[in-house]
Amino acid sequence: MYNLLKIAIRNLLRYRRRTLLTASLIMIGVVFVLVFMAVTGSVKSLLIGQITDSMLGHLQIHKKGYVASIDNLPLTITLTPKAVQKIDKTIKEIPEIEAYSTRIKFGGLFSNFVETTNIRLNGVVPEMELKTVPLLPTRIIKGEKTLKKGDILIPELLASGMKVKVGDTVVVIATNKDGSVNGKQFMVSGILESVTGPGGRDGYIHIEDAVEVLRMEQMEISEIVLRLKDFGTLQDVYESLMGALSQEKNEAGKPVFEVHTWEKLSPFYNIARMIDIMTLFIKIMLIAMVLVSIMNVMIMAVYERMREIGTISAIGTMPGKILSMFVLEGLSLGIFGALIGDAIGCIIIYILNISHITFNFGRQTGLLLAPYIGVADILMVSVTVIVVSVAASLQPAFKASKMEPIEALRHV
Amino acid sequence: MGLITAQNIYKDYQVGEVSLRALNDLNFEIEPASFLSFVGPSGSGKTTLLNLIGCLDTPTDGTLTVAGTDVVSLDRKQRAAFRGRHMGFIFQDFNLIPVLTVYENIEYPLIMVQNVPPEERRRRVLSLLESVEMTEQKDKYPDQISGGQKQRVAVARALVTEPELVLADEPTANLDSKTAYMIIELMKEMQRKSGTTFIFSTHDQKIVGAAEIIYTLEDGMIVDRKDTGGNAHV
Repeated sequence: MYNLLKIAIRNLLRYRRRTLLTASLIMIGVVFVLVFMAVTGSVKSLLIGQITDSMLGHLQIHKKGYVASIDNLPLTITLTPKAVQKIDKTIKEIPEIEAYSTRIKFGGLFSNFVETTNIRLNGVVPEMELKTVPLLPTRIIKGEKTLKKGDILIPELLASGMKVKVGDTVVVIATNKDGSVNGKQFMVSGILESVTGPGGRDGYIHIEDAVEVLRMEQMEISEIVLRLKDFGTLQDVYESLMGALSQEKNEAGKPVFEVHTWEKLSPFYNIARMIDIMTLFIKIMLIAMVLVSIMNVMIMAVYERMREIGTISAIGTMPGKILSMFVLEGLSLGIFGALIGDAIGCIIIYILNISHITFNFGRQTGLLLAPYIGVADILMVSVTVIVVSVAASLQPAFKASKMEPIEALRHV
Repeated sequence: MGLITAQNIYKDYQVGEVSLRALNDLNFEIEPASFLSFVGPSGSGKTTLLNLIGCLDTPTDGTLTVAGTDVVSLDRKQRAAFRGRHMGFIFQDFNLIPVLTVYENIEYPLIMVQNVPPEERRRRVLSLLESVEMTEQKDKYPDQISGGQKQRVAVARALVTEPELVLADEPTANLDSKTAYMIIELMKEMQRKSGTTFIFSTHDQKIVGAAEIIYTLEDGMIVDRKDTGGNAHV
């Protein structure tokens, strides 16, 4: 094998310019894919982070049927204290979960005593909420970064539309579960900017205020939001939760709870998917690039070295060894291109990191681009290139090995 | 039984719709340790015959036995293995592998064809380098040596596997007269040392006299056989 490899490498060095050109093409492809993956991966995780860490959480647990009716914020599909206790127990058994927050979500009327409009409210336990969605305070553009009983955080759009300032007194009126109406006075403690754009109408109050407004006899939770220690464990935790909670059935034998990852709850998931599809297409382009360039160079090599093939075949070299010789050339070219591409790709990613490039997303400005490429991704791209290089060499190598020595020796 | 036995050998080539007979009813027997030449004008069938003996091609009809094996019945892979075991080749254009040094070119069949252990390889290659007087050039590449030196290397490469038979098709055609004689002398000397049968083709009347046996071919037929004892002028 060593001798075959030695001959293969020397043959590559024999046509230095051609080898360099082909390797450069592979290298450019690898660099492009790695940088693209790192940048889009960074943008994607940053945007996912913004959405999950400032509002959505990584996972949510609801009573079965809640998400299907989420636009109405139903007060009839809620988790009783007993159910919450059960979920709490399950959560504590999963070490990957960092924090969770219980929310009472409801729709109501918001009045500044002059005008009235509708509002969507989240009754939260501030300490739990801040641990679960730690970027929430960064969305508070005016006022206090905390939430006390009797305070309300209102969305920016509502504040400007209703001409409400921090410190103003407002009234929230809501229809209870039994159909009666109740109201409560709040003080505006902060103005919230929306995560995704100007359309957000979600405000925050203390969970005990929500219980009071809705005249709940016991605290009935709309959703439980979870934050994981490592976002990469999302699927595993989801499966663990599903496994544990799906055993809880109602009298009709149907599951009591439903668990959703952020992907199922945010339309941004489609954008994330589009980024993944774009990355896939870029990878397919790389494969095509490697395939065409290696195949081209190997076909030329076989054509140019026909007499040599005839000679080695005449002196008794078995077809398998001739095939190996050409496949090793393709393999060496692929490895060379991939390694150089990996090195340059990593250098470019490092330069992008130290350049501190920022970008804007919705209302969020100055988000820092932090391209990152994992070892697994580098390995995956490199292995793909190497495998494709070998595949591209196979046809010319097979042709060389099948060549009749007498025909090859006659070649001029 | 001879090293090579040919009986009623025919070889036809199809050129378009026309069938051309390159060899016509050849019958001969070659003894081991011969130094033999096929001579004749261009198109007489010398190369075709060497290709058949060298298992690079198969006859259209007839029986050909080399080293006790009916080579006509061998398939492609078996022919390759047979060549690797029993034969060495010297080509008109030297056909050295350009990316390998002189040493590596000679060593090549021992690694790629016969899988000889490194120590034994080294011993054989160095011995042959000395025999063909190429020791000093052993680290040079083919494009750094002259035509005559290339053919010396080719002779060494052909002998390194210790074959029973070395086939040389017009081995001196690309060499000047002086070098051509030296190469033929070298081949003869190697034949004496190793006892290997050398068969070469040529149309050069000046070097043919070195052969002990001379077969003359014309239009694909053997028209003459001379046993000179190898004492004719070289």
